[in-house]
Amino acid sequence: MAATVQPEERMANQIAANFRHVPGDRAAEAIAAHIRLFWDPRMRRRLLEVADRQADDLDAVVLVATQLLRQPQEASGG
Amino acid sequence: MALIKEPDFGTPERPGEATVSVEVDGMPVKVPEGTSVMRAAALAGIDIPKLCATDSLEPFGSCRLCVVEIDGRRGTPASCTTPVADSMVVRTQTPKVEKLRQDVMELYISDHPLDCLTCSANGDCELQDMAGVVGLRQVRYGYEGENHLDAAPDLSNPYFDFEPSKCISCSRCVRACGEVQGTFALTIEGRGFDSKVSPGAGESFMDSECVSCGACVQACPTATLQERSVVELGMPSRSVITTCAYCGVGCSFKAELRGDELVRMVPHKDGGANDGHSCVKGRFAFGYATHPDRVLKPMVREKITDPWREVEWDEAIQTVARKMRAIQDTYGPSSVGAISSSRCTNEEVYVVQKMVRAAFGNNNIDTCARVCHSPTGYGLKQTFGESAGTQDFRSVAKADVIMVIGANPTDGHPVFGSRMKRRLREGAQLVVVDPRRIDLVRSPHVEAAHHLQLKPSTNVAVINAMAHVVVTEGLVDRSFVAERCEGFDAWAEFVALPENSPEATEPITGVPAAEVRASARMYATAPNAAIYYGLGVTEHSQGSTMVMGMANLAMACGNIGRDGVGVNPLRGQNNVQGSCDMGSFPHELTGYRHVSDDAVRTVFEELWGRTLLPDPGLRIPNMFDAAIDGSFRGLFVHGEDIAQSDPNLQHVSAALEAMDLVVVQDLFLNETAKFAHVFLPGASFLEKDGTFTNAERRINRVRAVMKPKTGKHEWQIVCEIATAMGYPMSYDHPGQIMSEIARVTPTFKGVSFELLDDLGSVQWPCNDEAPEGTPTMHVDAFVRGKGKFAVTAYVPTDERTTSRFPLVLTTGRILSQYNVGAQTRRTGNVAWHAEDVLELHPLDAENRGVADGDMVSLASRVGRTTLRARVSDRMPPGVVYTTFHHPVTGANVVTTENSDWATNCPEYKVTAVQVALAHPLGRHASESSETGRLAGVD
Repeated sequence: MAATVQPEERMANQIAANFRHVPGDRAAEAIAAHIRLFWDPRMRRRLLEVADRQADDLDAVVLVATQLLRQPQEASGG
Repeated sequence: MALIKEPDFGTPERPGEATVSVEVDGMPVKVPEGTSVMRAAALAGIDIPKLCATDSLEPFGSCRLCVVEIDGRRGTPASCTTPVADSMVVRTQTPKVEKLRQDVMELYISDHPLDCLTCSANGDCELQDMAGVVGLRQVRYGYEGENHLDAAPDLSNPYFDFEPSKCISCSRCVRACGEVQGTFALTIEGRGFDSKVSPGAGESFMDSECVSCGACVQACPTATLQERSVVELGMPSRSVITTCAYCGVGCSFKAELRGDELVRMVPHKDGGANDGHSCVKGRFAFGYATHPDRVLKPMVREKITDPWREVEWDEAIQTVARKMRAIQDTYGPSSVGAISSSRCTNEEVYVVQKMVRAAFGNNNIDTCARVCHSPTGYGLKQTFGESAGTQDFRSVAKADVIMVIGANPTDGHPVFGSRMKRRLREGAQLVVVDPRRIDLVRSPHVEAAHHLQLKPSTNVAVINAMAHVVVTEGLVDRSFVAERCEGFDAWAEFVALPENSPEATEPITGVPAAEVRASARMYATAPNAAIYYGLGVTEHSQGSTMVMGMANLAMACGNIGRDGVGVNPLRGQNNVQGSCDMGSFPHELTGYRHVSDDAVRTVFEELWGRTLLPDPGLRIPNMFDAAIDGSFRGLFVHGEDIAQSDPNLQHVSAALEAMDLVVVQDLFLNETAKFAHVFLPGASFLEKDGTFTNAERRINRVRAVMKPKTGKHEWQIVCEIATAMGYPMSYDHPGQIMSEIARVTPTFKGVSFELLDDLGSVQWPCNDEAPEGTPTMHVDAFVRGKGKFAVTAYVPTDERTTSRFPLVLTTGRILSQYNVGAQTRRTGNVAWHAEDVLELHPLDAENRGVADGDMVSLASRVGRTTLRARVSDRMPPGVVYTTFHHPVTGANVVTTENSDWATNCPEYKVTAVQVALAHPLGRHASESSETGRLAGVD
């Protein structure tokens, strides 16, 4: 993999590859949920920047997931 | 505390429901059926004289000192080999047996040096004791006859001496080597008068297959096998029970001291993890704690190119606090963070994450478990509901089939490896899943039924293929699945796909389909089958997927929730489990509860008086990325050498160089310290007071054997930094920290230092439902309710071999060394492993013109190093292997940024490389460099 690839781009595409067996919309939801659970907010911002700037570099389902990540989240009750 | 001598009942316990009643010297005693007369007597408080018997070994009946008389029976049977019978009446002291014992002792002493006053075992010699017990007053045979008194000592081992002149040929050492350790390196050579203990075939201990576990030394009743430290320093006079700080087995030891000087570490018989056994590291390799390389004073410097300046603690702490706050004032609250260590105590790890969350005000806390077992936390939480192994170590004794995946227990977790080998000798079947032919595949009295020698990175394809067999051949435990699990149908449909069959995956995995099928049948049809795994599972781009795959298989076969089964991570470092439990992942508070959970955060916020962030913080690899992009500028590194142990070191170095403040706390000026602005000296495990939690969730006390050489406990230092940053943190004693942990963590609710002192150790969950802990998890229900089957599609790694890099490098560890070697390289263990070597298959060696012992270059797309070649068919063609214990080797120069998709655990186990003969006159690549580089950490 080229060293110039953004880490967030690489990681998001890798997550998508591991949700390939899940149908499209559900995969996007799963990816967005995973990123919300495990990624620092600045990493999420960088991913959204990649989606804005270089959408072609992202897996199609990651792009859908980024749309979900842009939506505000409800507070968790656990 | 005085010297602790555990009682020795002479022969092992025979557990069982049925009991028999006997009378020994008029004392009635009821014991389990099968118990020896000797043990029954001991339980009645009557010690029968003995030399060849000890309760860690099966009875042998050779010394004839333990003879007794039994009413209604002829002769004088040996009490060690005679089982009790109901209503038996035993007499241990009669004129007849007393005379016999004296005669036996006369014979022993007639061929034994009479140097008791100058002998190293003086005061701790069973022969000496027995001479007294039997009332020996004369040796009628004289001492001038033929004897063994001139037998030459063997001083080849760095840690113990062998003096055959003092040997009484009781075979305890030989039997300990076989029964306890399972190595069978010792034998009795010759017959009759010529009988003598011999390592291997007449070799020295160092040249033999001896693994220096110390079991023989422990078993020896005389000074024949004696710790050299005892020879040199004398007998210890007091004991402190503590816990080993090496691997995740977490052995209990008696630190035996003379005054304040540590003389030896002796495995504690009552240790829940080790039951009195040890390995070469825990038993002998503690010299690093007093090594002259240790730094004992805090140091600071403005720039990393400046020389260090020793300062007082107050200045160092104020410097850290001031600079951390200055960075946050300029770059925001999330611009700083910390990395905690799995080598530190639970209490230390807890206060570090508390400092980050409450004083730094963010969740930028991660632990070195990130780079080893973070996929275990993810995978087992997803499927079972708890980020921990399911069993205690003793459970393996009930397993009928043992599947070892990506682990090398005899080297990495040797004391557990010995337990496992004992069960295998009893007849359990073994399946090994590993690219390398580890010792367990074939060693004395152990042979794997199946060795699935898969290609690196294809674990998931193999586990799916096994699941395919289970599902398509009707081997599923239907009632277990129906009652206990969810998501089965979708998973079963997935694994039953033809693409997951052993035949279809064979070209991917390299494992013959018939072997996969046979292994799956063996695992699924055994009454009890257990999985044990290590970093060969987790350190992959699909580490988390593989953990879930193993959990799926165990659930499908009903192998969860009782003795002898389970899914069991073999944790690399002493406190990997504990550091994860203590909330040192950036997305979880203690007890694996997500930071986004408002109710959980509230518990901490009310206790700590600070508002906590609901978003995850940075993981270690993310910290490096953020450092390079300028948003992360201050790092506190607690007992972790990231500049040595983390992958793609060029990237790590660039990240550390980009930071405004790097604070390192460690025993030694390690590689990371080269990038540090503040160095805080740490305390060795011998100076710590707290707890470690081992791979079986066992919380063990770590007790200070000596005061901190630095003048401060590590938890105190962390508290003082937090306080200096404006968040007061203070405890009088680490027990108070554990009390706070128990208050905020449901699985630790019942844990306290008092409970641990009372019970010895306890396995969490420990709370109202399980006040004395939980050896086996998920017994009636999974922690998450229903066990969840997860679909585990195989996704090949991005790391591909090419014509330029046609080989796959994988890494591991060896018995005598530990991780990056910072500790073990500063001990006598270097005698076994002076350098890391690259193992490669004869075919790959021949193709490159490489001979055994040649220096070769090892190159990947990110870096290159040089090391010595060892031609070995333990590796399959196309795969090379090295250890990562020596800085000059630099395997992490070649490892890449690839990581597990779910957790970012680095893919240490798969790197495409090329190997070539180094220039014949060339120096070692790293010899000219100050910076050594190592791979892999666990």
